[in-house]
Amino acid sequence: MKSRLKERIEKILTEYGGKRQALLPALHLVQEREGHISEEVISYLASRLSLPSVDVYGMVTFYSLFSLKKEGKNIIRVCVSLPCYLRGGNQILETLKEELGIKEYETTPDKRFTLEPVSCLGLCDQAPAMMINDEVYGNLTKRKVKEIIRGFK
Amino acid sequence: MNPVKFRETKIVLKNIHRPHSRRLKTYLKAGGYQALKKVLKGMNPQGVIKEVERSRLVGRGGAAFPTGLKWEFAREAKDIPKYVVCNADEGEPGTFKDKQILEKDPHLLLEGMAICGYAIGARQGNIYIRGEYFQAYRILKEAVKEAEEKGFLGKNILGEDFSFSISLYRGAGAYVCGEETALLDSLEGKKGQSRVKPPFPAFEGFQNKPTVLNNVETLANIPDIILKGAQWFLKIGSQKTPGTKIYCLSGDIQRPGYYELPTGIKLKRLLIDYGKGVKGELKAILPGGVSSSFLTRKDLSVALDWPSVAKRGSQLGSGAIIILNDTHCMVDIARRCAQFFAYESCGKCSPCREGTKRTRELLTNITLGRGELSDLELLCELQEVMYDTSRCGLGQAALNAVRSAILKFRDEFEEHIRERRCRFGICPLGKESS
Ligand SMILES: Cc1cc2nc3c(=O)[nH]c(=O)nc-3n(C[C@H](O)[C@H](O)[C@H](O)COP(=O)(O)O)c2cc1C
Ligand code: SF4
Ligand code: FES
Repeated sequence: MKSRLKERIEKILTEYGGKRQALLPALHLVQEREGHISEEVISYLASRLSLPSVDVYGMVTFYSLFSLKKEGKNIIRVCVSLPCYLRGGNQILETLKEELGIKEYETTPDKRFTLEPVSCLGLCDQAPAMMINDEVYGNLTKRKVKEIIRGFK
Repeated sequence: MNPVKFRETKIVLKNIHRPHSRRLKTYLKAGGYQALKKVLKGMNPQGVIKEVERSRLVGRGGAAFPTGLKWEFAREAKDIPKYVVCNADEGEPGTFKDKQILEKDPHLLLEGMAICGYAIGARQGNIYIRGEYFQAYRILKEAVKEAEEKGFLGKNILGEDFSFSISLYRGAGAYVCGEETALLDSLEGKKGQSRVKPPFPAFEGFQNKPTVLNNVETLANIPDIILKGAQWFLKIGSQKTPGTKIYCLSGDIQRPGYYELPTGIKLKRLLIDYGKGVKGELKAILPGGVSSSFLTRKDLSVALDWPSVAKRGSQLGSGAIIILNDTHCMVDIARRCAQFFAYESCGKCSPCREGTKRTRELLTNITLGRGELSDLELLCELQEVMYDTSRCGLGQAALNAVRSAILKFRDEFEEHIRERRCRFGICPLGKESS
């Protein structure tokens, strides 16, 4: 683990008085920095918080914003909940799969994009909608999706 | 009642159209933090709670529990310290109202939380915010900092003997964490799986201490109730559950969006005057997101408040009103709803863990032309069992949409089963499919 990352984790642990409440913020930090939560990080956090590793591992698998596998540089979260589905959300997912040449939950071979179908993003008035990293995109059409993805390339 | 005034009453969204509405400066100019001042300079905690009780404010997060009563429980609880927790996890599909307050008027929420803290005797508040609400998180962080700098949060607020601070905590993508006890576990850094109730959070909540847990919109009502009084609040909207509600309109509607209106507005009026009409022909309505039961055209006259919607056999919940037109197949829609719950079930209790999976399987089979008529009875029975035996609201509500679709659109289900036909050509039925 990079020493810089360790330092920042330690800072979070101190902030929460060494309690397990520090776990979610620490995992957020690592996910953001590294694009995944590695085994090394899991055992480090487990030992620092005196928890069994499997407990920390369970956290990573329970929450959809964390992943064990390394994710692409850009994470596309496309909403598949009902309000978006009613407005053609399915086509948006299909278009993304075609355009990127991958399936759900996969990462492009060049590691640029990971595609994740997710539950409602709170953008239902702009359905169908998606997020790429922390940017939101609404009122999507097939064409708009293609333009957005090509704009990234 | 004067209808024009009736229509224009805004409480929780009254500031959002001001330029730079999120800034403390704007908030103060609009009369912000005056309610907190009023409370600290001249009301005792019991007085604050009495006022909230008299207003008959009920929770806007879904369960519509009386807010004043919840506060009273926590105030009376003997254990200390006490906590205020704000539920900003907004996850019910079709809901996007709390985000408006968080992003456009964060100080309104902070003020509401501080007043709650004073009323129940808490010094610490937490906002649990949805992991995907990146923007709202940044804005809140900035707002908390501003409020601390100017002495509206922190030690000896406004020079009085009251200290209250607020921390932010980010969720990480799990719908069930919106359920209050799952949220508390998540806030403690655990997996968000619900706790057995009772004890309710007001008695044993965060770190097992007395905790008031309220939705963003609920807390945002507090400053005006304190400043203008319960009597003023009672004059707005329905008698039993007065005030306003932010209704979120989505799906097949001309003008989707969020509309703050007095409770009890007729569904029809919301759809026509505000939503500007349905796109296509109206078929079905989910008034409280995918956790609620379908209404149909017959229900257009229903008043949008919790008791009235309940009388029609559905639930208003958080006010996520999803409109479906007649191009959708109800079997396909029921399957989508089942998929959502199977994915989001936390797996802690078996009725929900197994029930949601089984429901998805049965409905998928029907869409593939492998269903039996007895499946429909089975699904309705399963709804009852899950309603009675699931540990939290997720499992209890998971089959509302499915069961009501079967009851109200039975011909479509039978057509899929008997004739292996989907009149909309949406379900794969017999054709090879994934
Ligand atoms: C599965 C499930 C998800 C929920 N999601 C939310 C949510 O996102 N936001 C919310 O405020 N309440 C949600 N609730 C309701 C909370 O459990 C709780 O009733 C509410 O936050 C209490 O605040 P209130 O009284 O101010 O409404 C959810 C309940 C269930 C069962
Ligand atoms: S009802 Fe579902 S979500 Fe709730 S505790 Fe049981 S398994 Fe978990
Ligand atoms: S349903 Fe897609 S953003 Fe809400």
